[in-house]
Amino acid sequence: MIKKTVFLLFFTLAARYWEDSNFEPYTQQIPGTEVQFDLVPIPEGSFLMGSDESPFEDEKPTHAVKIDAFWMGTHEITWDIFELFLDKNYELALTEEPISELVDGLTRPSIPYLDMTFGMGKEAKPAVGMTQYGAIQFCHWLYLKTGIFYRLPTEAEWEYAAKAGSETQYFYGDDPELLGEYAWTAENSPESTQKVGQKKPNPWGLYDIYGNVMEWTSDQYDPNFYQNSPKENPANPAEKLYPRVIRGGSFKHNSEEISSTKRYVSDPKWKQIDPQIPKSQWWFPEAPFLGLRVVRPLIPPSPEEIQAYYTQAPISDY
Amino acid sequence: MKNQNTRRDFIKTSALVTGGVLASPFVLPGAYAATENHLKLAVIGCGGRGTGAVFQALETGHPIKLVAMADAFRDRLDTSLKPMLDKYGTEKIDVPEERKFVGFDAYKHAIAEADVVILASPPGFRPSHFEEAVKQGKQIFMEKPVATDAAGIRKVLASAEEAKAKKLNVVVGLQRHYQNNYRETIKRIHDGAVGDIVGGQVYWNDGGVWVRERQPGQSEMEYQMRNWYYFNWLCGDHITEQHVHNIDIANWVKQSYPVKAEGTGGRAVRTGKDHGEIFDHHVLTFTYEDGSVIHSECRHFPGAANRVDESFQGTKGKVYLSAGNHGVLTDWKGNSIYTHDRENNPNPYQQEHDELWAAIVKGEYKFADAENAAKSTMTSIMGRYATYSGKVMTWDEALNGTVDLFPEELSWDALPKILPGDDGYYPHAVPGKTKVI
Repeated sequence: MIKKTVFLLFFTLAARYWEDSNFEPYTQQIPGTEVQFDLVPIPEGSFLMGSDESPFEDEKPTHAVKIDAFWMGTHEITWDIFELFLDKNYELALTEEPISELVDGLTRPSIPYLDMTFGMGKEAKPAVGMTQYGAIQFCHWLYLKTGIFYRLPTEAEWEYAAKAGSETQYFYGDDPELLGEYAWTAENSPESTQKVGQKKPNPWGLYDIYGNVMEWTSDQYDPNFYQNSPKENPANPAEKLYPRVIRGGSFKHNSEEISSTKRYVSDPKWKQIDPQIPKSQWWFPEAPFLGLRVVRPLIPPSPEEIQAYYTQAPISDY
Repeated sequence: MKNQNTRRDFIKTSALVTGGVLASPFVLPGAYAATENHLKLAVIGCGGRGTGAVFQALETGHPIKLVAMADAFRDRLDTSLKPMLDKYGTEKIDVPEERKFVGFDAYKHAIAEADVVILASPPGFRPSHFEEAVKQGKQIFMEKPVATDAAGIRKVLASAEEAKAKKLNVVVGLQRHYQNNYRETIKRIHDGAVGDIVGGQVYWNDGGVWVRERQPGQSEMEYQMRNWYYFNWLCGDHITEQHVHNIDIANWVKQSYPVKAEGTGGRAVRTGKDHGEIFDHHVLTFTYEDGSVIHSECRHFPGAANRVDESFQGTKGKVYLSAGNHGVLTDWKGNSIYTHDRENNPNPYQQEHDELWAAIVKGEYKFADAENAAKSTMTSIMGRYATYSGKVMTWDEALNGTVDLFPEELSWDALPKILPGDDGYYPHAVPGKTKVI
């Protein structure tokens, strides 16, 4: 890939946050348990989104985008955390203090009839197979547990964080041969997810940002979106159930299919073997390669906006 | 009843009627052939699975109309109808008010309206629903398991014979029988690819299933019917409701049914008032007539390791199977004998309907799944009898068991036999004390 020529990363306002001790890496404990996950600050800035050199038309044109500051999870969310949300009785069993009424009353996923680990294991392994609705409700649960607004990244936030100031196909350069140092792909783990955090992180401290599992974003997929998307914090809120944007590639993808700019989409085929109607709002029984990573905006939205984000009604699927 | 688990008997009763298409006296209903030009379908049990099965029937593309629905609860029927109408419209979903049947005897009326029936109520009702559908001469798709106790199994076995005599197609939703990795791999096992099967391990270990909380104003009967997974007269415990899939694979691979079961089980983590009487784990050995042993394990422990698959060891090699399209045969030196391609396999839930409806439309008699389904369900019940009682349970003892779990009377005011104590908890089996047969 030819190196992009003009690119500037603007740290104008970000400098303020660097000085602010609140905008630092931190560990989020799940209250009352020993379960936790880490987040790193992603500074406010501008970057070039998309890739004019890509073989995929939907990544064009390259366009300048400004992104507000946020924290991002250093790792994909693992079953160790997700299962607390999945099963209230399990959460109760592992939590020392009583859980709040709000957490108690939250609508939980249907407990999957199938083994959603697909024999790949749970401990430190990414949680997989959840729908975008399930991923957002997981964030809702985190919010009720911690009081902190967590959500899925927008597609633009994801790409900005993955690139970490780079202009190349991968954050470390353009050589797919080196991807194995940073990612679990079809070349080094064709059958299964791997424990998170074993490979080298990107410059901003994000592990497994490529490969292992694909990661949910909040956006509807529109192949033409880049042609006139907003220049600041672009987002394409999802209104239709399919297709929605997923990023990062997985253990099922070859290195040529993975890059900072590659856009993947959700597929109704992943629910075809769900024997129930309506099909589950929570699970894709044939997407063992799909997971999530959370973000936290530095400046949270209003309580009304937070409420609206978490209470979007799921769309029936049949 | 005598144990007749010989290899020969098994083959006669396995999923596909062997020897190809049998000459069939079954003639398409006059209505189909002559005037209305469609087959009439009824669904009994309008939960997610019954509704899903209707979709799969309609997705076969054959001229089918849903004409009647039956459920114990009106709200379940209405919830089921909405997505059907949204997707297929009134042309294919022709269920006016007078063909919506609600209550404990709704099934009889709905079955009478149809040429083909889907039986998808909680498993405790399957024996009587199947008996009625066979009596009325219908083609049948029914879900697994097919009973929850030995009395139910005996009824299903009798109806299975009658269905054969009447040449009624019966497909049972043990969908691994319609899944390519199982078909291709087990065919090779039966052809001797790994020698004689001397042992195996079958698992359904995961976090459990849904719970429906008790609502104000519910009678005890309504509560149990809503939260049916946790009551044996309705569900049969998860060893029967769920693990039957894996146990059935052991029987298929062994081409026979075990002669005895012994094991242990209990309630380790799922012990609440909402959790009825069923165990949360069962661990068993099933011994077959030739002395080979299958280890069976099922548990509902959230947070613990999951495993849902089947492994077997033969004299010349080993077998690995799972619903995730695994089908792997390896010799004892580690050389591959067969590896099923996991990509682009047909959806087995659709495949079972594609094959059933193709036979029905052509007027062929091809499917007699009920007997094997009854015997695999019986295997799981024998396992439950062993873990509940703590005793070694033989096939003949188990199949002739006389303990009847079913309520004396089915009505919303009638009391089921299992009732909560003053503290709200239900009594459950205690190994060493509980009488099961």
